[in-house]
Amino acid sequence: MSLGTLDKTGTMNKVDLKTLISVAADTIAAHAEELTSLDQAIGDGDHGLNMKRGFEAVRAEADTFATKPLPDALKAIGTKLVMTVGGASGPLFGTLFMALGKEISAEPDRANLTAAFGKAIEAVAARGKSQVGQKTMLDVLQPVHDALLQGKTGPEITDAADSAAAATVPMKALRGRASFLGDRSIGHMDAGARSTALLVRAVTEIIEGQA
Amino acid sequence: MSNVGIVVVSHSPLVAEGTADMVRQMVGDEVPLAWCGGNGHGGLGTNVEAIMAAIDKAWSEAGVAILVDLGGAETNSEMAVEMIGEPRAHKIIVCNAPIVEGAVMAATEASGGASLREVVATAHELSPS
Repeated sequence: MSLGTLDKTGTMNKVDLKTLISVAADTIAAHAEELTSLDQAIGDGDHGLNMKRGFEAVRAEADTFATKPLPDALKAIGTKLVMTVGGASGPLFGTLFMALGKEISAEPDRANLTAAFGKAIEAVAARGKSQVGQKTMLDVLQPVHDALLQGKTGPEITDAADSAAAATVPMKALRGRASFLGDRSIGHMDAGARSTALLVRAVTEIIEGQA
Repeated sequence: MSNVGIVVVSHSPLVAEGTADMVRQMVGDEVPLAWCGGNGHGGLGTNVEAIMAAIDKAWSEAGVAILVDLGGAETNSEMAVEMIGEPRAHKIIVCNAPIVEGAVMAATEASGGASLREVVATAHELSPS
């Protein structure tokens, strides 16, 4: 079963949360240095290490999270990220998961997932006082939501996320440390957009059963 | 203590502690004061848990004004306030002001028994809008 067929079948592939956590943490760990270099170019250079610390903390308690219903598990994961990531990424990624947990049902179908994801993006935008087009993680989240709404397949969704992260390169940063650089932020990929795209790929591939 | 409390949140523990020293020099023990800085792992950054503990330490029924340095300190402070929740959350305000000047000015205002609204307004006067 894939994301592309979810809207037709009405039910979502039963995904093992422990596997999801493990794959997400592996992805972040494997790309930690890349994320740090991206952040060093136009930020404070702590994004890779911070995200790795947070996702390893989530991985360490994966057994506990996996016993909870999906909404509670996502809220607990969000809270863990808030407490362990440090830096602005903690509240931003933490809010994404906490809001997703608040809106999602225990056994979501694609429509519920899409609606919950939309609400979670709004919560992240409010937390960061940001909007699409400012060279942030929102510039990946929004196109992914659009792809979900449009009934795109898993591979199309991950492609949309990667293209959206690449599309932050020519943008001028208007939020976060990178905004201090003004025009000099142009020509670099936003680290938060990149980590978001990595997470989208990891999660989508698991749900799709490709990984 | 009935005076408004002051919390200083910097990415650097040295900046946070130094700012708190300057506040103490102005107001002594007249104002509940706490600071935190660093990511909790020995590096620069801010940490929600530490901010929540600092708010507890500087807690006053009159409220608490938080002074922050860069973006992450503000985002993490707002997250901390939300996690503390009501009935205390509405009495905690993250100020838009330079951290050192804001903390000293806000504390001086607080030491005279000013309300949270007045303390925050004093700090905000330092920021060009």
